[in-house]
Amino acid sequence: MDFLNAIVAILNYVFVPATAYGAQLALGALGVTLIYGILRFSNFAHGDTMAFGTAMTILVTWGLQKLGLHFGPLPTALIALPFGIAITAAFVLATDRAVYAYYRKVRAAPVILVMVSVGVMFVMNGVTRFVIGVDEIQFTDGARFVISAKGFREATGLAEPLAIRTTQVLTVVLAGLVVWALFWFLNKTRTGKSMRAFSDNEDLALLSGINPNHVVAVTWIIAAALATTAGVLYGLDKSFKAFNYFQLLLPIFASAIVGGLGNPLGAIAGGFIIAYSEVAVTYAWKKVATYAIPGFEAEGLMQLLSTEYKFAVSFAILIIVLLFKPTGLFKGKAV
Amino acid sequence: MSQHQPTAAKGGALRAPLFFLIMAGLIVLEGMTSGWNGALGILNMGLISAILALGVNMQWGYAGLFNTGVVGFIALGGLAPVLISMPPTPGAFSAGGWQILIALLIAVASLVLTIWLNGRLKGKARALGVIAVLVAGFFLYRAVFDPAVEAVQAINPSALGYLGGLGLPTLFAWPVGALLAAGAAWVIGKTALGLRSDYLAIATLGIGEIIVSVLRNEEWLARGVLNVNGIPRPWPVPYEIALQESPAFVERMAALGVDPVTGSTVLVKLLYTGLFVIVLALLLIAAQLALNSPWGRMMRAIRDNEISAAAMGKNVTRRHLQIFVIGSAVIGLAGAMMISLDGQMTPSSYNPLRYTFLIWVMVIVGGSGNNWGSVLGGVLIWYLWIKAEVWGPNLMGMITDQLSDGAVKRHLVDSAAHMRLIVMGLVLILVLRFSPRGLLPER
Repeated sequence: MDFLNAIVAILNYVFVPATAYGAQLALGALGVTLIYGILRFSNFAHGDTMAFGTAMTILVTWGLQKLGLHFGPLPTALIALPFGIAITAAFVLATDRAVYAYYRKVRAAPVILVMVSVGVMFVMNGVTRFVIGVDEIQFTDGARFVISAKGFREATGLAEPLAIRTTQVLTVVLAGLVVWALFWFLNKTRTGKSMRAFSDNEDLALLSGINPNHVVAVTWIIAAALATTAGVLYGLDKSFKAFNYFQLLLPIFASAIVGGLGNPLGAIAGGFIIAYSEVAVTYAWKKVATYAIPGFEAEGLMQLLSTEYKFAVSFAILIIVLLFKPTGLFKGKAV
Repeated sequence: MSQHQPTAAKGGALRAPLFFLIMAGLIVLEGMTSGWNGALGILNMGLISAILALGVNMQWGYAGLFNTGVVGFIALGGLAPVLISMPPTPGAFSAGGWQILIALLIAVASLVLTIWLNGRLKGKARALGVIAVLVAGFFLYRAVFDPAVEAVQAINPSALGYLGGLGLPTLFAWPVGALLAAGAAWVIGKTALGLRSDYLAIATLGIGEIIVSVLRNEEWLARGVLNVNGIPRPWPVPYEIALQESPAFVERMAALGVDPVTGSTVLVKLLYTGLFVIVLALLLIAAQLALNSPWGRMMRAIRDNEISAAAMGKNVTRRHLQIFVIGSAVIGLAGAMMISLDGQMTPSSYNPLRYTFLIWVMVIVGGSGNNWGSVLGGVLIWYLWIKAEVWGPNLMGMITDQLSDGAVKRHLVDSAAHMRLIVMGLVLILVLRFSPRGLLPER
């Protein structure tokens, strides 16, 4: 019985939240990695693109709720998501036209593009704050739990509860669908194939008649869709606050680099590696240890690092990967 | 840095003096219209910003290194006045201070041992050895560290609860701040330099956030979010109260026809200005000499074409590490100066948008690669940043004047404060696009 309790505690406090968080990170890292692969720079504005997309989705959600529209047990934000994506994609495409296109034309060094993306980040951050403010916003509605703590305890008779929130299931399912669609697109469609060709060898792709503007535009749209989806899922799961999204930039970059920048599969793996390590390292293991080892009395919480240092975990992983395998676990693009 | 062919900037040799004259005029105007106290306040932070921009310019302008963790180095430099100039907490060292230091030594020793083993062992033994040393080191460290921290934080937690400083003069703290920042920069540079240029940007973004979160959470070090107040002022700056109580000062102010309270605040600010100008001038002379030396030419050669510089036998990664450490030291110095100006350490105020990216705007607008440009950009952008806080809501008030009162108007007026971010971002984008060499172009 104690052993089962230990497993349930691990599932409840580590596995379930980390899986949802990992899926969100993976979606974010996919966006970063795509931009890196096609446009060849690290987009510092990605965190704020997520924030912007989420803010737009929240606005549409509020509008829908005012109209009395609901999505049954699922959050209303899910209906609003396509609108949020459309607005974000338009914004990002306009940014590309107005800002990035010039630097592609003059073939500026990647670091200049990184710096320009910092400027874009500033503007997006300001616009997001301007539109929706700096406060924390909860915008989830519908059914709260798929498995509630009380229900689980009554059904199994275990002392430890297992609660799975709707948003967590939704995150994993939606992320799975998005990833499936993305890979189908990259591998099966003409545009997707030309994107991969462009990423592998720009000059050769241009020679074979691929239209670079088309490829770039599609990349931005996909990146905006991924960023908005990741942002909305993160916001549904936790809450929306513009500054938190800026801070997500580090774990997202770490995920993309750990998996190998430019490699979509790597981004997904990286997202889960970062998420599981972050949650495992900052979780207080006392309860699990007390259940799992009979007669064990823990001193302290048995927490490796306090939760305030969760970013230190992704940073440490990032440094280790940079030191030992700078191309990432799955072979990414050139160092 | 861009593909533009450099053309001579308009105004030639008079361009820089003219811009500095305009800047001085703006500060004087501020002093005449809204008081010298405020004007000198802006100037003092402007001078610190100028030093920060100088440090970032060394990294970016000389070498093309993109440091996105400026806030971390500023915060680390700011730790120095706390550690050096605050009085030591009585009993803190006997309670657990030494033990904390031993714990930190254990941590460093296990890291060094790990690196040594990593170089010595091969294959499976290497992985096992490294992991074993790290895990054992971590648990040993926590076993020594945790009780000591608890003991230190238990000492009068409402007022102290931290180790305190060494009680040395604040001026000593400034170079120490530079050293702290340089140490952190060396560790980061050692890992991230020599890889793609973006990796340094990402690694510094991480270290910046981590340094700030360490300062926020480690109460034994600098009281975390409880803040350290009353950090001593550097020599020769007196306290306003002391001046107001001194009969000689009151008499002199009366002779000048100045209110002693105003006189004392202005005098204190002027002394700070003097100190900062001296530091800035020394740094500027050193930076100019370095930039025009063979070393400076080599740095620019590396920046403009790494491959050809490497072919000429220059060790690009080493030189990058060198300039990254020097630039970070300057940033740390400015961070320490800032804390001794404020007189308090408030870790929660270290916001990356304000302390990293605003400094970048200063460097880019001033003219990357030009030290004078950084100084100008530092003071000018700081001035604009402070004034925009006033102008933004005023402007929004004018725009929304015709609107009827309601949610839209209230929202617009409330959000005006965020306009600063948008404006700064736009300035950065526009300058990079249309005038990438800034107000005072290089050479």
